[in-house]
Amino acid sequence: MTLGEGISKPIKTFFIEAGELSQFAIRFFREGFRPPYEFQELLRQSYEIGYRSIPLVSFTAFIMGLVITIQSHPALEVFGAESWLPSIVSVSLVREITPVITALICAGKIGSSIGAEIGSMKVTEQIDAMEVSGTNPFKYLVATRVLSTTIMLPLLVIFGDMIALYGGFLGVNIRGVTTFDLYTTQVFNKLTFGDVLPSIIKSIFFGFVIGLVGSFKGYTTSNGTEGVGRSANAAVVISSFIVFIVDLLAAQISDILHLL
Amino acid sequence: MNPMAENRNETVIEIRNLEKSFGENHVLAGFNLVVNKGENVVVLGRSGTGKSVLIKCIVRLLDPHAGTIHVLGTNMLDLKQEELDNMRAKIGFLFQSSALYDSMTVQENLEFPLRRHLKRNVKYDIAKMVDDALLSVGLKGTQKMSPAELSGGMRKRIGIARTLILNPEVMLYDEPTTGLDPVTGREINHLMLEVQEKFRTSSIIISHDMNCVRMTANRVVVLIEGKNYAEGTYDDLKKSQDKNIKQFFD
Repeated sequence: MTLGEGISKPIKTFFIEAGELSQFAIRFFREGFRPPYEFQELLRQSYEIGYRSIPLVSFTAFIMGLVITIQSHPALEVFGAESWLPSIVSVSLVREITPVITALICAGKIGSSIGAEIGSMKVTEQIDAMEVSGTNPFKYLVATRVLSTTIMLPLLVIFGDMIALYGGFLGVNIRGVTTFDLYTTQVFNKLTFGDVLPSIIKSIFFGFVIGLVGSFKGYTTSNGTEGVGRSANAAVVISSFIVFIVDLLAAQISDILHLL
Repeated sequence: MNPMAENRNETVIEIRNLEKSFGENHVLAGFNLVVNKGENVVVLGRSGTGKSVLIKCIVRLLDPHAGTIHVLGTNMLDLKQEELDNMRAKIGFLFQSSALYDSMTVQENLEFPLRRHLKRNVKYDIAKMVDDALLSVGLKGTQKMSPAELSGGMRKRIGIARTLILNPEVMLYDEPTTGLDPVTGREINHLMLEVQEKFRTSSIIISHDMNCVRMTANRVVVLIEGKNYAEGTYDDLKKSQDKNIKQFFD
């Protein structure tokens, strides 16, 4: 293999995969909203994806809130601006840290689980069995999972915001005494609609990406059980990568629209 | 009485000049097959000769490149999605791996195809339908078990029950005895014969297990290089001196 071929092959693979993922997304919009609807499976997936992720998201958000508050304290102390701590920490948590960290946690937990589950169904012919029984496997397996992650991730982010802010409250109280009333007043005086809305909107896209990439990698699994492992792994890596790109785009768009 | 004797000339499946390729690999190259009502036809061939591809083409899991497939008088290749789904309810398909849904119990596995095909305005006793299907494969009382708790033979039986629950007129078995010990394999062969007799099904059985062929086949079609190489009863083919046929019997 020449050096040129060595470089061009991964680039070619990247563009082929990006094209296939786009087609998969188009198929989701074309088939996902047409009857018959799989409400029961949508509810089951929302429970699995949303409710069962609450402990992990809570724990991570709490630690984030606590740690960021503790680490920001010395820097603000230098300028005598400790009273600004709740406001500054809450804005960075709500705008950026909680949505992105929650999305990355969910890409690991949910993305890999979707990739592995659909992948193993693919290699054991369960998807074919579904098709011959008269069920559209794309609607039943893919559309329900993508919709569930798109709906549940913003809810998890809002829940994570609250837990992270509580972690921040405990962090503020490690080196001083601030009542919960004073803390919440300071937080909500500073937080605006323009902080919360872009964060929720980008979480919707994060959820969509995690569900879509997980389902895509699972649905296109080949090479038996080895392929299932690869699909689960690729689902996490690719969705995490796209989460960062979406975050960057969201920051730019918010800036242009003066939402920040 | 052999069920096929009653309806010897009523064609249920008719396949003409079927062609299917994967890249440069021409798996089916002008394959023809006729299955009559109540008949068990075994398609015999070595691994990788396109036997499974053939039955996947019949239910349109794969689309052939050329040829025609008629099942119960309907051209399968002309059907729209909804019509295809309705036709698929008349065709039972047992996958090589049984393909039971891992995340569901046996009960839910059997209910899954039912819920897709039952009429909305009619009241059905689904629990009884599941019980009856399990009884017909000799596995009553397994409703609450998960596929992981089942043995290979039980998985095959549940796979058959899942297809029988819709009362199919045609059965397609993809290597039904592969991976089973000889005793369990024999039980599955008996079960296929029971299904043929009790449900009056017409079947295509894909196999290279000669015990399965001997026990279940009313007729055997040998598939070599994507074409019908030979056809006849098990005994006819056993007597053949052709080395390509003899290799299966030696």
